[in-house]
Order: sequence, then C-alpha cells, then structure tokens
Amino acid sequence: MNVLEVQDLRKHYPIRAGLLRREVGRVRAVDGVSFHIARGETLALVGESGCGKTTVSRCILRALTPSSGAIRFTPGEGREVDLATLPKRQMRPLRRHIQMIFQDPYASLNPRMMVGDIITEPLKVNGVPAAERRERLMELLDLVQMPPAARSRFPHAFSGGQRQRIGIARALALHPQLVVADEPVSALDVSVQAQIINLLLDLQDRLGLSMLFVAHDLSVVRHVSDRVAVMYVGRIVEIAPTDALYRAPLHPYTEALLAAVPAPDPTRQQRREAARGEVADPANPPPGCAFHPRCPYAVERCRVDRPELTATESGRWVSCHRARELDLAGVG
Amino acid sequence: MSATAAGDPPASKAETRFAEATQLQLTWWRFRRHRLALASLVIVVLFYAVAAFADFLATNDPHATDARRSFIPPQGIHLFDENGFNPHVYGLRGVRDMRTFKLAYAPDESRKLPVRLFVRGYDYDLLGLFPTNLHLFGVQGAKPGEGIFLFGTDQLGRDLYSRMMVATRVSLSIGLAGVLLSLFLGVLLGGISGLYGGWVDTLIQRLIELLRSVPTIPLWMGLAAALPNTWSVTQVYFAITLIISLIGWTDLARVVRGRFLALREEDFVVAAELAGASQGRIIFRHMLPSFASHVIAATTLALPAMIISETSLSFLGLGLRPPAVSWGILLQDAQNIQVLSGAPWLLLAAVPVTVVILAFNFLGDGLRDAADPYG
Amino acid sequence: MRQTPMAERVALAVRDLAVQFGSEQGVVRALDGVSFDLHAGRTLGIVGESGCGKSVTARSILRLIERPGIISGGRLLLDPGTAEETDLAALNPDSRQMRAVRGGRIGLIFQEPMTSLSVHYTVGNQLVEAVRQHSTASAAEARARAIELLREVGIPRPETRVDAYPFELSGGLRQRVGIAMALAGDPDIVIADEPTTALDVTTQAQILTLLKRLQAQKNISLMLITHDMGVIAEMADEVAVMYLGRVVEFAPVRELFAAPRHPYTRALLRAVPSILATPRQRLSTIGGAVPHPGLRPTGCAFHPRCGERIGAVCMERIPAPVPPGQAGASCFLEEVVAA
Repeated sequence: MNVLEVQDLRKHYPIRAGLLRREVGRVRAVDGVSFHIARGETLALVGESGCGKTTVSRCILRALTPSSGAIRFTPGEGREVDLATLPKRQMRPLRRHIQMIFQDPYASLNPRMMVGDIITEPLKVNGVPAAERRERLMELLDLVQMPPAARSRFPHAFSGGQRQRIGIARALALHPQLVVADEPVSALDVSVQAQIINLLLDLQDRLGLSMLFVAHDLSVVRHVSDRVAVMYVGRIVEIAPTDALYRAPLHPYTEALLAAVPAPDPTRQQRREAARGEVADPANPPPGCAFHPRCPYAVERCRVDRPELTATESGRWVSCHRARELDLAGVG
Repeated sequence: MSATAAGDPPASKAETRFAEATQLQLTWWRFRRHRLALASLVIVVLFYAVAAFADFLATNDPHATDARRSFIPPQGIHLFDENGFNPHVYGLRGVRDMRTFKLAYAPDESRKLPVRLFVRGYDYDLLGLFPTNLHLFGVQGAKPGEGIFLFGTDQLGRDLYSRMMVATRVSLSIGLAGVLLSLFLGVLLGGISGLYGGWVDTLIQRLIELLRSVPTIPLWMGLAAALPNTWSVTQVYFAITLIISLIGWTDLARVVRGRFLALREEDFVVAAELAGASQGRIIFRHMLPSFASHVIAATTLALPAMIISETSLSFLGLGLRPPAVSWGILLQDAQNIQVLSGAPWLLLAAVPVTVVILAFNFLGDGLRDAADPYG
Repeated sequence: MRQTPMAERVALAVRDLAVQFGSEQGVVRALDGVSFDLHAGRTLGIVGESGCGKSVTARSILRLIERPGIISGGRLLLDPGTAEETDLAALNPDSRQMRAVRGGRIGLIFQEPMTSLSVHYTVGNQLVEAVRQHSTASAAEARARAIELLREVGIPRPETRVDAYPFELSGGLRQRVGIAMALAGDPDIVIADEPTTALDVTTQAQILTLLKRLQAQKNISLMLITHDMGVIAEMADEVAVMYLGRVVEFAPVRELFAAPRHPYTRALLRAVPSILATPRQRLSTIGGAVPHPGLRPTGCAFHPRCGERIGAVCMERIPAPVPPGQAGASCFLEEVVAA
C-alpha cells in the first residue's frame, strides 16, 4: 500500500527577458520525476545543488504549484487524492496528513511563542480541545525526549539539537501520514546530529512513519532510509533499496557520488575520482543524458538520446543506456 | 539518550529566568544596558509630563499681554538674602523713558517678591478636567503686572517660560497625533502591499514614490495656504496634523512592506501554513508580533520628523497661528534680527526642540538595536 | 624550497595560544592555551565542533582577529629553532613584516568562495593584486603568473577565465580561484579553513584531490581545518582534536582512528555517520551539547559530557595539555596510565 505516488512531476520556471518580458527559456527544476513511498517506509531523495530535490518536496507539500504531473496521496482512512491539481483552498483539510521537518532549527520556530504553543499549534488550528492538547503535548515532549518544563520556555533557551526536537514534535503532533524531512540534520554539529538520527530511527520504529528524507549527505542517508532515489538536474537517475544502491550502484552518477564521499577510515584505499567537471545547470542542461559530459562511460548514444527511468530486477530503477553492461564500484 | 542527560547541570534560577523570558522582556533587558537610550527615555517621559502638566508648571497666564512689560530680560531667582534662605525675585516699577516718553517696567530692587512652592495663580483646567488655580511655584504678593519671568518676556509682555510650557504640550501632541495617523496608514498600506504583492503592491509603491518625489516645502505651503483664514485654532491644528501625516506614512509603509515580504518566507511562517493555519492567524499571531518592534522603533524615529515639520511650518507662518502657542510660533518671534539683538532670550524656544529631537533619535536607535541586535 | 628532512622540521609552532573576546557578559575565552606543531611539507588536520576555536586559531595565526578579540597570551613561532624565528603574536598586525607574512609565507583559503572574493573586480585583477603584493613583478608578468595559477588549480581555458567576475563562475571554480589566491604569494604554509564545507560532494572530492596534488608539488605545509572526520581521514597526516578552546588530543592520523586516546575523540568517532554503515544502524551519541565558551565548565572542559569520568579530579583540575611534538591526550586517564 503506497501512501504517496508521484508520477511525471514537472516544475518549470520561465526565464523572461526583454522589454516585453518574453519567455526565452526555462529552468527545468523538476523535469519528469516519478517515484512512490510505501506505508511505513523511508525514501531518501539525494542529489547535489540544483538537482531539484527541494523543489520536489515543496511540490508535494503544495508550497509550490507543480507545472504538470500527478501527486497521488492516500491518507489513511480517505481515498486517493491528486495533490498536484487540487485548488489551494481544498489543501487545508489535508494539511494535517503531511507535515514537514525543516532544515534550520533557528528559523523554523517562532521566537515569540512558547515551546508548548509551538508544538500544539497544529492541534489548535485543527480544532483539538484544550485538555486533549495538553495531554498530547506531554506525550510529544516525551516522544522527542525533552523535559516537560520545556513547554513554558522560549526557543532562544534551547540549542540547535533541542530546537530540532521541538520541530520534530510539532511535525508529529497530528499523527501525519507522511513526513517530509528537508535536510533535518545538516545544520547540526556531529555529536548532535547523532542524537537526532537516533531519534528519527526510534520514531520510525515506534510510529511506523512514512518519510521522505531529502538530503545531500550520503552517510546520514545510509543510516536512515529504506530506499534511495538519486536525482541529477531535475530527474531521477536511480532508485534502489539502500543497501543495494550503496553496494552495487547501477548509474555512473551514483558511483561518482559514492566515490566522492570521504569515509572516516584512513586505511581505506584512495577512492577513484569518478566524475569530471561541474554539476550541470538546470537552465541549460546538456543534450541527451544530462550527465554525459562528466561520465567516464559515455558513448555516442548518450549525447543524443535521453534515457528513461526503467525497471531492472525487482525494486531497482535506473535511467542509463548502459546500465546492463557496466560493472560499477560501490562502497562496502 | 535524553537531550538533557548526563551532561547538563540543573538549571539555575538565572537560566530559568532567561529561558522563560518573552521576547519583550529580552528586548527590555537589552535596552536597559544602553545608557544613552535609557537616559533619552527618561528625558522623553519628562517632556511628556511637562506637556500633561503644562499649566501647573507655568507661572503666568501664557496669553496675558501687557505692553509695559515687553522685553524684560530673564529674572534670576535669588536664593539668599540677609535673612538667610529666602528665594525671591525683584518687583517691577514703571519707568518712563525720557526720550520716547514710553512707560516701561524695569526691575525694582527695593521690592522683593517671595518665590514659594504651590502658589495660587491664574485659572486653568488641570488635565483638561479639573478647574483649579494651583501652580508648582510662583510669587506671592505681586501687584498687577508683576510676576516671575524666568525666561524673560516677549514683545507683547508675555512670559516666555509659561509660554514654553504650554508650547510643549501643543508641539508634542501634534507630533503624536501625526505619528499615530501615519502608523495606521503605513501599517495598513504597507501590509497590503507586502502580503498580496502583484498589482496592488505595484500601485501602492508607485503612489509612495509619487508622494515622496513631491518637494515638501512647496507642498506644505500650498496646502497651508489653502486653509481658510476663518478656521478656528483647533481646526487648523487638525488640518496641520493631516498634512504632515500625508508624507509621514510612506517611510513606515516601506518598512512594514519589507518586513512582510521577508517574513512570508520564514520557516516558522511556512510551518504555520503547513499546519493549516488560516491567513488571519498567520498575520496576527506570527507576522505582526515579529515586526512590532521594528515598527515601534521606526515610529519613535518618525516622531522627531513630525515635530520638526510642525515647528518649521509654524516658524514660516504656514502652520499653527496665534493665539495658539507652539515652539514654532515662539520661534517666529525670534525671526527679526533687530528684535533678537535686543532680546536674545527669545531664542530659548529652540532649546527644547533640539533636546527632544535628540532624545527621540537616541531612544529610537536604542529601541531598534535592542529589538534586533543582528540587523 | 628547503631540503631538510620533512618530519623533523617544524614550519610553524603554536605555543599556549590564548585568545579572548570582551562582551557585555564579560570576557569569553575562545582559546585557552593551544599548542601544536605544523611540520614542514605535511598536512595537519584540526578537527572539532562549533565553539572549539579552530577558526579562531587560523585567524589568530594570521593576526586577523579584530576587536573586541585579542590575543591574550602565547607565541606563534614561524621558522622556530632557526635564525629567522619570528613570533607572529608579538608583531603589530598592521606592520609591513606581518603583511609580508600574510600571503607571502602563510596563505589562507576561506570557506565561502562566494564571499571571500570581491564582486567588484575580475578574478584576474584580484590575483594580480595578490601576486604584486609579494613580488616585484610588473603588471604584465603578474598577469601571466595569474593565468599560470589558474591553470595550476585546474581551471579550464584560464586565458579567458582570468577576465571573468567571480559571480560568473560556479562554486567549485570559485573555490579553485580561492586556492589560487592563497598561492599567489608563493607561501610555504597554507591554512585552509573548511575549504569544502560549502561545496557539493563531487566538487569537494575534486578540490581535496587538487589540494593534495598542490601540496606535494610545492612542498607546502598544509593546516586543514574541518569538522568532517572523513576529510581528516583522507587528507591529514597528523590530527589535533580541539574542544572548547583547547587541544584535547594530538596523534598521527592512523593512530587517532585506530586507538583514540581521549574520551571525546572516542565518542566523536562513534557518533559520526558513516557511508559504510549498515542500514538502520544507530549511532552512539554524546549527551548534552557543547557549552557556550562563556560558560566554561570547571576543571576538564569535557567532563560534564564524558562517559569515562574517573572522579572528582575531572571536575576540579584541568588536565595537563598535550606536549607539542608528541602524540597524546589532555586527559587524566592518560596520566593515570602513564603513571
């Protein structure tokens, strides 16, 4: 049972120039993205800057309106609804089912509200009575391992890690069906990051959370996700279960990403530098396969033909003409 | 592992106080450390106290004229005489100038008028409600025409000190009224502009630019000249307030618009939207409190501009008119260089203007720094 | 370049460096007695979390600390043990001597390529200025050198790129320009302050490879500051671990990872997420958070969060600092073992 099915999602931004502001080009921030998230599963969306992962997450939350495509969402008791074409007004009752954990713990909490009010705001806004709100607040504080006294304090009293816990508590207040976590640990120190990663793992176990985990840090992703989707310049190049992706990637870009991450082990063999050049520009992507100028395995076909995301063995998808022939290196 | 496990020592009382302090309290604590701003706050409060109790502090009827006591220089209060501590001033006697044959008053050192606290003087309404004639200090046993003239008198024999007290009330209240009007217009239009964007925003911004590009003094002159001569003092007063606010709101509107635009993108506002909060709740619960401090700071800095506007207009004869009393009107009397050379104390009215403007500026700076230490 | 044996010669010796900042709340000690050696031709990694003082150390060495921060003690010895030994801490930061050192002897690579290059001048202009600051080259010679530098840092078509403005370049290219700027004065020591933190991971890999290559080519002593243990493992020869303004451990890189001596290092290594992990693997965490430098704990700075405390001594006394030039940890456990 899938809680979310994204099909051929596109988000284009027109580039206008001239006195009459005519459209001279498009930034294809998201250019035909399809994936699904099963109930209780964590799917990671990884990629470098400009790949479109943040745009995808904003489209799912309808903070942005997609240019085209479908976002089929199935809230627990309800029937499936396509978020992409829903008028904005009709989004409000659905909002309680999809919540977000933000990246910046210092900007995501209103400094003028007490922590207790911040966490219970989603409840208040959705008509939950005061007594129930109080009870739920205590539950949530306990869930994220914050002391009860925190509820009457203000955000400025807390460290980055603690603020992130507060943000997580707020996101979970309404028992959402889907949680979108947008780089939730990248702004934190290493030792604090570990605490939050553990917390997320705990919550996944206890609550059976369905989560879309947007990140650029491949090490964190390996700990936290069940499946991984790799994005490059607005498209998905590979989707696979986590272990399989890391051990045996099928796309050259995935191989390059994995090879580029420095591992905390000085005895490890010097990695191969698998990608030349710079990340492509979504406003002006190369023809054919967007990765071909940087790909060590590119052939003539890659410059001309854009590959589609196709299924291979069970559960794996890859968009590369040479996927079957290549033997790529993963990390242990 | 708990977030407050092993490592943290139990929260001290000071830490708890800090943790539970609202943004308002934090701002106040930060503001308190700013010595200059704190002193300016005290000065501003004192000035408004004077405005409220102007008549109580005055010694002579500000409107009573007496040609014979024109241009009396400031009288010092003599604190001691041969009997010990006995504050007093000298009385006046008529003196006929032998060349012009005009009768004028000059200090008469043979007559001592005791100066005491809480004396009875001219009638007025305390705070506009309670008729009384009690004054903070004054002379006892004065003959008609005599009195204490701390800052001297003007050409018509009116006590400058008393007039300055009353002028404070008028000048400060007109500034306040003007700013409140600007505040209302600025927040309303700036808010609409920032929240809705699009053509509404463009329209309002162009309007603001239009207003700001009109040269102010000719604009005021034109508008003030359009005011009928027959209008009463009060009507002129309100018309001047309106005129000043016409321009004053543009600054505030821009500040408000900028804050709204910035706040719209803030994560915690997005979080509230995602929780399903209504537009109204987002504006009033999340956005408004965030820029309240900026608005207060901007308002505090807009007040001196208002006061200067009124003072300048009245000084040029375009604003309030006699018998109203304001700093600008008092300074009108000091326009004539011949008069000034003979009676330089008429310029004293410039002192409170300068002091209060400076005080408001420091206060506004201090508020702005306290409200937003990083920006 | 000199030909003395590498591991022996120390290019820069920092001794008991103490830096403090005055603030409304009082004096905050950002650095509380930092000592380490930077060996010639090798890479010293300085690793720590926020508040540990690693950036302050870099800026202090180059005398870039501004009021209300001051160096309140210690020595920064350039060329220690030689006739030209200079204490940078004793120099006037605006003096000609110090300005010659900045860029001429010690170069600095910044974290943010976007803000460390001026937007008003072309890349070439800025490089030429840096080159001419430390040599007697003419304008034409300096321009040729600038193009050469761009080529060395791997920028394609440097003859055209030299006239580009920084905002016309991508993040990776800008950071290469930043490296070129640091090398413009031909320094023998380079300090890189989180040079790859703001970059994409594939770009980071390229920049790290570039740094390694340049270091070998030019025999540069590299001080690499980072919070990323993976980068340390890949790049550093020796590592100094900092916590709250002190060096808590110093060791050659393999020793550090294989047998860390300090409880903080041990805890940090267990807390780092690894790309080699098994899915759903939990990390071991360090309780609490890094205290504010103004609220420094008594005794050993790490003791409130330490899982291996040995008793009251950890709270009462400060453990002896790591002696520079040796591997060791500033911890009472070490002293117990040694005794």
